Amino acid sequence: MDSGEQHLSSFLSLALVLAALLALTGLTVAMSYVDLGRFNVPLTLGIAGTKVSLVLLYFMHLRYENRAVVYSFLGTIGFLAIMISFTFWDVAFR
Amino acid sequence: MATTPSFFETPAPAGLTGIKAWLLTHDHKRLGLMYLWAVLFWFALALVIGLLLRLELMTMGRTIMSAGVYNSAFTLHGVIMIFLFVIPGIPAIFGNFFLPIQLGTDDVFFPRLNLLSWYLYILGGLLAIVSLFTAGGFPDTGWTFYVPFSIGTKHNVPMTVFAAFILGMSSMLTGLNFITTVHRKRSPNMGWMQIPLFTWSLYATAWVQVLATPVISITLLLVIAERLLNIGLFDPGRGGDPILYQHLFWMYSHPAVYVMILPGMGVVSEIIPTFSRKAIFGYKAIVFSSMGIAIAGSLVWAHHMYTSGMSDTAIFVFSLLTFLVAIPTAVKVFSWVSTLYKASIEMSPPLLYALIFIYLFSVGGLTGLVLGAAGPDIHVHDTHFVVAHFHFTMFGGTGFAFFAALHFWWPKMFGIMYNFRRAYIAATLTTVGFLFHYVPMFILGMMGMPRRSYDYLPQFAQGNALATVGGILLFTGIALMLVNLLLSFRSRIAAPANPWGGCTLEWTVPSPPPLHNFLRQPDIQDYPYDFTEILRKS
Repeated sequence: MDSGEQHLSSFLSLALVLAALLALTGLTVAMSYVDLGRFNVPLTLGIAGTKVSLVLLYFMHLRYENRAVVYSFLGTIGFLAIMISFTFWDVAFR
Repeated sequence: MATTPSFFETPAPAGLTGIKAWLLTHDHKRLGLMYLWAVLFWFALALVIGLLLRLELMTMGRTIMSAGVYNSAFTLHGVIMIFLFVIPGIPAIFGNFFLPIQLGTDDVFFPRLNLLSWYLYILGGLLAIVSLFTAGGFPDTGWTFYVPFSIGTKHNVPMTVFAAFILGMSSMLTGLNFITTVHRKRSPNMGWMQIPLFTWSLYATAWVQVLATPVISITLLLVIAERLLNIGLFDPGRGGDPILYQHLFWMYSHPAVYVMILPGMGVVSEIIPTFSRKAIFGYKAIVFSSMGIAIAGSLVWAHHMYTSGMSDTAIFVFSLLTFLVAIPTAVKVFSWVSTLYKASIEMSPPLLYALIFIYLFSVGGLTGLVLGAAGPDIHVHDTHFVVAHFHFTMFGGTGFAFFAALHFWWPKMFGIMYNFRRAYIAATLTTVGFLFHYVPMFILGMMGMPRRSYDYLPQFAQGNALATVGGILLFTGIALMLVNLLLSFRSRIAAPANPWGGCTLEWTVPSPPPLHNFLRQPDIQDYPYDFTEILRKS
């Protein structure tokens, strides 16, 4: 069932992702000096999420994997999200 | 086919002899048998401990052991039964042995990882034994290790929870191996809707093992950290939240109930059509209900916590979700019974165990609705009603499915038949003992007798005496069943390749199978339960 094909990323695309990651890290550091009130946490988490996605998609090749691997990964994220959010049915209303 | 050397005569890797051919093997069938003997050892040990607990409760006050020994004994009984018998039993033994064969392939995807899983299982078991005799002795917390007691008790909690952590790793690696094998190694001619239902159930189980086990593993490590480093995660004295521990524990341990029962349901889904000589009713419904149980079963963990002080909102949501799990479970029971309807049924020991499974598991499931409903649960929570319900599902369910699997696949694994008469007597004795053992516990629970208590009030004496008589009968029945199977090694009546008239791939290979399972690429039926050819030959 294994096709055995491997995707080789170009140096240019990897370098661009690295540059994007560094830029986003710089943005996170810069944001720590600015008080955005209630937007602080969502924006910082948004940047972190973007960085994680870039690493997963390009460095960990999720973008080039078949559907089974992608769905497995998304299933894991969904499971974790449910575990955390359902716990808040208790904690938030206790 | 009779001259084909079996896997017993063909070590893998080649060249290994004697004990090394077993301890260093990569063959999924040898590993299945190695799990079989290890699991049976733990089962027998926990069974004896269970009998001793029941003897202690036979009369009021001290009967055969002190209160301290009783507390450790019921913890040990629970830990062994859950982590070393019920969870690994069917997947590790029959899954390892039959999943690759049912998929038409020669082995699991990661044979060496499979061997590592076995060693982790053995290591976990040994650590549990060592913790009996070191640093305060075996925990007295119950198998749930609830905080804050598990943080404060002088008993050897760290080593025991570390043993459970190691066993969790073994379980995860087995699950990972099964998922990968189903995706990557099944026969190229086998589509998803041609996979046998036992393998489907293992696939659904494997996802739960891979996704949920890390939660309990980390939680158990946090208990150790809490004890050794006084972090304050769970200890209310340090600002921690003990209910958070219960959430984390049950996030795994409730889905683990489905890790325990789903493979058993897969076994029954193989046995019922085979002895009905009839295509199983609702193949796709059973497939989707397996996945449905795996998903819905992961969303209901907090129904174990209604009396913990959790919010009313959470109680409402989790109670509602709990009722959803009943739907896919009922779909399976309906499909099994519908398969039997107007079938040409041939009674056999595996079928008898499977039928008993359906009955006992249905009782267990229906009493689960009493516990899943938040109102009634308040009254029977932590009483003997819970003990009875749990044993009806896990013992009457998984246990009897395990016995059914043993009798169904024994001829294939060892190439020998066992005595049917003794098997029927053992099954009957076990079932009668089971009912006398656990039905009084339902009544005791509704009368208010708490679980895990060493002594009880006079009004509970009659029920406990009756339950003990049932326990002795149950123990005798299981002992007879195991002795009967072991005696088959002495009589050595050769089993044919297909003694039951089954139509999944394991029945197309010799008994016992050769090293690589198939001598040529197997033919895959359009539908895995098509008995046309079997009926034509008979």
